[in-house]
Amino acid sequence: MKTGKIGVYVCHCGGNISEVVDVKAVAAFAEKQTDVVLVRTNEHMCSELGQKQVADDIKEHKLDKVVIAACSPQFHEKTFRSVLAKAGLNPYVLEMANLREQCSWPHFDFPEFATRKAKDLTDTAIAKARLDEPLEKKTMPIGKRVLVIGAGIAGIQASLGLGDAGFKVHLVEREPSIGGKMAQLSRTFPTEDCSACILSPKMADVPANPNITLLTNAEVENIDGYLGNFEVSVLKKPRYVDMNKCVTCRSCEASCPVKVPSEFDEGMTMRKAIYVPFDFAVPYKHIIDESQCLRLTKGGKVCGLCVKACPHDAIDFDQKPERVKFTVDTVIVATGYDTFDAATKKVYGYGKFENVVTALQMERMVVRGAEGNPIRKMGQKIAFIQCVGSRDEQVGNEYCSRICCMYATKLSQLLKRSDPSRDVYVFYTDLRAFGKGFEEYYKRAQNTGVKFLRGKPAELFENPDTKKIIMKIEDTLSREILEFEFDLVVLSTGLVPNKGTEPIAQILKLSKSPDGFLQEAHPKFKPEDTLIEGVFLAGTVQGPKDIPDTVGQASAAALRAVRLMNQEAYTIDPLAAFVHEEACDGCGLCVSPCPLNAISLVSKLAKVNQTLCTGCGSCIASCPRNALDLQCYSNDQLAAQVKAALASKKKNETRILVFADDMTAYRLADNVGTAKMTYSADSLIIRVPSGSRVTPKLMLQAFAAGADGIFIGDSEQKSSPYPHSAAVMKENVSTVANILSESGIEPDRVRFFEFVTVMLGGFVKQIDGLADYCKKAKPIPAQTRKALGKDINNRLFAEDRKESIQV
Amino acid sequence: MINKLVITSKNEEFLRRIVELSGETITVCEQCGTCSGGCPLVLEMDVTPAEMMRMVQLGQEEVAETRTIWLCASCFSCTVKCPRGLDPSKVAEALRQLSLRKAIDHIDIMNIPADEMDKLPQIALVSAFRKLTG
Repeated sequence: MKTGKIGVYVCHCGGNISEVVDVKAVAAFAEKQTDVVLVRTNEHMCSELGQKQVADDIKEHKLDKVVIAACSPQFHEKTFRSVLAKAGLNPYVLEMANLREQCSWPHFDFPEFATRKAKDLTDTAIAKARLDEPLEKKTMPIGKRVLVIGAGIAGIQASLGLGDAGFKVHLVEREPSIGGKMAQLSRTFPTEDCSACILSPKMADVPANPNITLLTNAEVENIDGYLGNFEVSVLKKPRYVDMNKCVTCRSCEASCPVKVPSEFDEGMTMRKAIYVPFDFAVPYKHIIDESQCLRLTKGGKVCGLCVKACPHDAIDFDQKPERVKFTVDTVIVATGYDTFDAATKKVYGYGKFENVVTALQMERMVVRGAEGNPIRKMGQKIAFIQCVGSRDEQVGNEYCSRICCMYATKLSQLLKRSDPSRDVYVFYTDLRAFGKGFEEYYKRAQNTGVKFLRGKPAELFENPDTKKIIMKIEDTLSREILEFEFDLVVLSTGLVPNKGTEPIAQILKLSKSPDGFLQEAHPKFKPEDTLIEGVFLAGTVQGPKDIPDTVGQASAAALRAVRLMNQEAYTIDPLAAFVHEEACDGCGLCVSPCPLNAISLVSKLAKVNQTLCTGCGSCIASCPRNALDLQCYSNDQLAAQVKAALASKKKNETRILVFADDMTAYRLADNVGTAKMTYSADSLIIRVPSGSRVTPKLMLQAFAAGADGIFIGDSEQKSSPYPHSAAVMKENVSTVANILSESGIEPDRVRFFEFVTVMLGGFVKQIDGLADYCKKAKPIPAQTRKALGKDINNRLFAEDRKESIQV
Repeated sequence: MINKLVITSKNEEFLRRIVELSGETITVCEQCGTCSGGCPLVLEMDVTPAEMMRMVQLGQEEVAETRTIWLCASCFSCTVKCPRGLDPSKVAEALRQLSLRKAIDHIDIMNIPADEMDKLPQIALVSAFRKLTG
């Protein structure tokens, strides 16, 4: 199906495209292209009306290929593929030209260039569509097992939901008890339910649920595989207490001579080296802190008082770390947050001044106070300082932590109500009471007599005699400078990504958003999904949020996982390598480059295992006879795209081709466009599955066809779905650079970079850097270009061929 | 008496001018007041540093007539603490430039007797020429 009847649709995107790009001109251009039989423009292609138009045209005009020139394929490729399927066309004969994220948004300042580039992009998409082949999806089996990482309220909620629905849940928690940060809180805003009272029944439900396997004091070490087949390895750390024998009588605790600051009370009270994390811990069993216990740190027969004290012989110093392995079908990451380390904001003196505490410490003080067991004196004059560690570029956190306004509103009125003679102040910049009942709750605090002052201190000072905290601020509403002395200052610290998330993100290759939290697949419609199929996010791991939002997202993540697991099999894109058998001579050069061992020689022909192959395309560069190819991104298609992308180039113009890997660089370019950051309009992006798919041959073809520079954007190795891709890409680039050099062309015209999706500025810098370089360099003579395009295979493989023949 | 401030294109023009002179995106200032709270000279000023930023945002040209901009010693206390990464001292400098660029000398150097000239510290002379510091 090499030729076709192509229908082209150019979208206005409600002005997003048409306000910059001349949509009519693009449509007129498309009409002139070979094989194009129908061109339409539409205000919103993705609307029901737009979709129906495509479906109707397919039937009426017998279209056999469709090109949608609209937004990024990451948003609507799936939409239009299903439109094609419903209209009776194979879903893989669709191409999208990214006129919004790659044209109208990043080049809004140069509408003419944007229109020219829009035509080039459309032409490139048409060129690829001509060669599109109907393809079938790959089918894989899927079961009903799920791994939930982190047992805070998000992990608990997701696990209980899945367990109740009959799915097998492995819930892994790093700490000795489940419950997370919510267990430490006093009350929850705005209803003032006691946090422990509403959480502890849910915690108790976890071990009671027959479908949930709970692993506490355990860390996920490794996860291999993919949706339907994630092989998980968990390291269960020793508790040194036999959970079956321990009855939590606390005799051991009384005997232990080692005292350490309690994590649960934020270091303000002491616990023993053998301890129960807190009163409603699950599991409610003792654990020995191996970093503090005398026997475990000094060895031999030291101490051992707990052994003597335990009436049930439950202490077991011989316990060893245990590796637990199992397979699951989906994964939910619920690793939560850490509070911002207030000590790094030195001007507020946390850790130096005894009367400066964090809000989480205040939560514990309020709880202990209400229990009639106050931790310390709080004083009569208390201040809360908002936005400590959030909305502050001085500490590198630009984002709002969303919950601090409301927890300060809560704590301040709890303090005021428990002792109305107290003066409680909240110093804020913007008071954000965005949730249901929040504004009313804020008013209630004001009713109670809490004073909200709009201003922020630059620095805190300690009165050396009284230890009171001196604060100078501008009341930005009255424009007066006010000076205070407080008994206690509470820093409303923001939320930062949990340190424990980092290794999980690396294992699962999840990308981060610019704030450092994990990135969702779509900010509006897939806030629980990640870009990795079968891996979902729940709670603050995705970004700061309060308890209701966390619980909501956790339930939604569970549903997203169920949606996949409830099918007996799932289908994936037919992206895989294949062999043109008539060209293969069985030299075997392609066998070793495949990191998945998907290629083998069968009766002197290369064979690709379609199930194993994930479609990176890095084997293709190794074939001297063009026999290896990739579905969805074939050699002929890429060559045609390159030619089309350069077709409009005039004398004295420069063009650079940017090959962007689907996982990172392509999405990064979308992010750059969405942020309306501009870069050279002389660049044109071509989507590839990985940087390694761009073969030296393709690069040389591009230079021969008129490219002045080539840039390859790939995923950073540690977050790439194809970890070996970067190495292959580097080798390919250096091969081409050498050939360019030999031909008297600057080798610096071919460049690459390993990106993560947050490097918006870096992307712009790289593209502009190459575009500038090519503009300033002497043009490549036509003669030289011609020579580059000739006899490519022999030049590339002369030596390899010799070697393989000798072998 | 409450002043009514009418915002015209002149105000916008003034803001643009100061943005250009200072290189600071002054519209980003969220008026948190951290700069004022940390300013060592704020109690000598007629408008606080945050208020100065606000006046520029609103394009109030009279901000150039305040004592504040001349009292600012560019100690950068504000700069290192601004949560939005702004540099208010650069804005004060831009506002000073408005006067400096008029090239009006406040003293006539020829009329200063030679013996007095000997005693005057250089910085005092420099300050007195075109600046209004002190």
